[in-house]
Amino acid sequence: MSATAAPVNLTAKDFATDQEVRWCPGCGDYSILAQVQKVMPTLGIPKENFAIISGIGCSSRFPYYMNTFGMHSIHGRATAIASGLKAARPDLSVWIVSGDGDSMSIGGNHTIHLLRRNFDVNFLVFNNQIYGLTKGQYSPTSEEHKITKSTPYGSIDHPFNPLALAMGADGTFIARSMDRDPKHLQETLTRAAKHKGTSFVEIYQNCNIFNDGTFEIFTEKATKLDEGLYLEQDKPLIFGANKNKGIRLNGLQPEVVELGNDFSADDLWIHDEHDFYKAQILVRMFDDPHKTGTHFPRPFGVFYETSRPCYEDEMALQIEEVITSKGKGDLDKLLRGREVWEIA
Amino acid sequence: MTRTEQTLQDVVIKFAGDSGDGMQLTGQQFTNNTALLGIDLATFPDFPAEIRAPIGTLPGVSGFQLHFSSNKVYTPGDIADVLVAMNAAALKVNLKSIKPGGKIIVNIDGFDAKNLRLANYPEGVNPLEDGSLDNFEVIKIDVTRLTREALKDFTDLGTKERDRAKNMFVLGFIYWMYDRTLDTTIAFLKEKFGKKESILQSNIKVLQAGYNYGDTTETFTTRYKVEKAKLPAGTYRSIMGNQALAYGLIAASQKSGLPLFLGSYPITPASDILHELSKHKAFGVKTFQAEDEIAAISSSIGASYGGALGVTTTSGPGMALKTEAMGLAVMLEIPLVIVDIQRGGPSTGLPTKTEQSDLMQAYYGRNGECPMPIIASATPSDCFDVAYEACRIAVQHMTPVILLSDGYIANGAEPWRFPKSADLKPIEVKFAAAQQNTDSKFQPYLRDEKLVRPWAIPGTAGLEHRIGGLEKQDITGNVSYDPDNHQHMVKTRQEKVDKIADYIPLQQLDSGAETGDLLVIGWGSTYGAIKSAVLELQQQGYSVSHAHLRYVRPFPKNLGNIIKNFKQVLVPEINNGQLIKILRDQFLVDAKGYNKIMGIPITKTELITEIKRILQQK
Ligand code: SF4
Repeated sequence: MSATAAPVNLTAKDFATDQEVRWCPGCGDYSILAQVQKVMPTLGIPKENFAIISGIGCSSRFPYYMNTFGMHSIHGRATAIASGLKAARPDLSVWIVSGDGDSMSIGGNHTIHLLRRNFDVNFLVFNNQIYGLTKGQYSPTSEEHKITKSTPYGSIDHPFNPLALAMGADGTFIARSMDRDPKHLQETLTRAAKHKGTSFVEIYQNCNIFNDGTFEIFTEKATKLDEGLYLEQDKPLIFGANKNKGIRLNGLQPEVVELGNDFSADDLWIHDEHDFYKAQILVRMFDDPHKTGTHFPRPFGVFYETSRPCYEDEMALQIEEVITSKGKGDLDKLLRGREVWEIA
Repeated sequence: MTRTEQTLQDVVIKFAGDSGDGMQLTGQQFTNNTALLGIDLATFPDFPAEIRAPIGTLPGVSGFQLHFSSNKVYTPGDIADVLVAMNAAALKVNLKSIKPGGKIIVNIDGFDAKNLRLANYPEGVNPLEDGSLDNFEVIKIDVTRLTREALKDFTDLGTKERDRAKNMFVLGFIYWMYDRTLDTTIAFLKEKFGKKESILQSNIKVLQAGYNYGDTTETFTTRYKVEKAKLPAGTYRSIMGNQALAYGLIAASQKSGLPLFLGSYPITPASDILHELSKHKAFGVKTFQAEDEIAAISSSIGASYGGALGVTTTSGPGMALKTEAMGLAVMLEIPLVIVDIQRGGPSTGLPTKTEQSDLMQAYYGRNGECPMPIIASATPSDCFDVAYEACRIAVQHMTPVILLSDGYIANGAEPWRFPKSADLKPIEVKFAAAQQNTDSKFQPYLRDEKLVRPWAIPGTAGLEHRIGGLEKQDITGNVSYDPDNHQHMVKTRQEKVDKIADYIPLQQLDSGAETGDLLVIGWGSTYGAIKSAVLELQQQGYSVSHAHLRYVRPFPKNLGNIIKNFKQVLVPEINNGQLIKILRDQFLVDAKGYNKIMGIPITKTELITEIKRILQQK
């Protein structure tokens, strides 16, 4: 989302509260908190104009640690509460902090409706692929066959692909980042903040207690470059430790190619975050990174951005138009109605 | 031929037909015409449960009852003096509710073999011919044929379109019967069909044909007149319950200066409030049709948090879905108005039928100790005052408030001596002011003498703070698991709601002496029936009084004392006994219930019988 810039000199410190942070030591949430605290002061928005709404889950404790207006609400409904807040107060910079269970399971319905309405808010989904707060059940983003407290024989649920879901709901800003890459996360959050419309940011977050290392393959030096693909606007999709692999579009079919004899960078897919159709393919690059043999790397960055009118603006506009054409409402006229009679 | 004119004091007329016959419109037109003459009235539309039940069948019957009188009217009437039955099904459904000797006006075309079969009459039986209606005065009119005839020159209209004007014929005839003019309906038709000239002209033509039919046919020798009612002086209009409720919300928004935000999900019989409010953007009203009931209330909480007057409207099943979010609003201690237009339950229950179904749900239906004020409307126009008052309590006491109305009031209409905006009690609201000096930390749960915390809205410098559903430490609002604090907070939230009793009027008796044999206590839509029954019994010398509760939680402070002054207490309710349980609990009173759970209102007649029975037992 975007908000009008005002000259304010704030630092990350201004956004920290006196509350003791109560996530498990080593939790990925700490890094996300730090990056948000670093990004917010750079946006030129007065501190009191930030409102952070969260649902329930480990991630949803976030507002307590941010010295802004904040509401730690109920499970799955942060998106709906934020919608009402933004509708009533378009002047605020509204942030939603949610997790995979909160946004995709109990709050799945509100998530898709927020996206289609395109309220100008930032929607951060901390995806750790597990239920942390309730101590370790599988989540709607957990991989199939996962053994958890509630699935001792393995999960038989097919997981959501959050970005594909957001794309399907006509999201206008769709991005992925991760807790372990502070710089990338800061850049992504800044982009999200500047986007006018609902900015959907999936953040891979390590739950070191119940699902430790689930994204390690994307963060560890040895595997990171082969399994992750960093998206840059107008740049070819190149990845690999030696920058030796790329993605090419063969008709509508993406394929992994080796750079060298047969293919050069010129043959590759050039990333264009404004291309709706390419974004549909890109969000579907969701292969299991542990799969042996050729498979797609997992993309990170901004997949898609487009501009579409925001609900709150359209809402205000309708009111304005009615007032322009009919004049401001007159309560006495309303109460009187059209037909009256007198009794003496 | 001699024509006589007879003056009546009181008429109950019911229009009944297939849902496609336009009976609601006919009823509303006649109501409007009646109201404008200064005759007092009350209406009761009775919709079929299904939107499009098969034509001609019993479930497809739609009714509209109107009681009009030169005396004060409190109910739409127990039993009809006149029934208009457009088909056999409409007659069958309503036969029980016509006065012996009453008039039945039938459209004989609706009694052909097919319609009789659809209405489940046995083969070969036609109630118009078998003498079963001998106790009534039956007026048979071939409405369909006469309508077609009147429109024979309208060659551009098909048979279907012509037949659609049938209800205008009936309306015209009724106008003649009650000595009315056609002008209000002609004006209405002009507005409705302004650009469709031949539809407009055909409707007017049929309306006139119906009127002339009464005038020229020699069979009808008597016309009836009902005089103006002696109501308090003033300017009146006709108003329906849900409409009045919407106006009350707008008025509260205007008088408090808070923009109105409605988050709602369509549900019968509450949707009309959403429809009405969505028309009034000129008042800055924001209506948000949410994806579900939970999002509806959640968005309203968000709007209230941002400093708007947040409202959500629903009915029983939707109330159930909003439960958790109501608990959040109680914890957050922010203003919110939750409107429940009750209907028959449980589950989907009887969506189009009335019931005082949700008092228990409103009172107790949440997890934890979760008190919320409850206020109930008694009549269609009362919905205005009650909505206004609900908003006042919500914003001045920083609490969600439940407003209970029901299907009967929501769709009913009555004359309303509407207020002037200048005469409405102002609603003062203050947001917490910005703090430039950030040394003193803002305390979001610091309370005033009403135990009310500040409304500190985002965008106010220096007031940054966090709230949420976890238990709060008093004053600071920080999360607290401290045992003593939890007990203190539970008690404080309760006390805050109880304290509202200091800021609402004392309970008045609606009628009757302050002591006596029997006190009838009601709430909500039973008002008219209880009032008229009690008044009649008082005239007959019975020692009976009536108290009707607007404030159901907290109760007015003097309610206990009022109750003590009577030997017996009767609580009539359209449910299986809900208020009575709360009264027994709070006042240890051995109250008796009178409970009707049939999806229809309690009648004056049955109440009179019940009250006499109770009084004679002693
Ligand atoms: S349970 Fe997992 S997600 Fe929750 S705070 Fe601990 S490490 Fe973080």
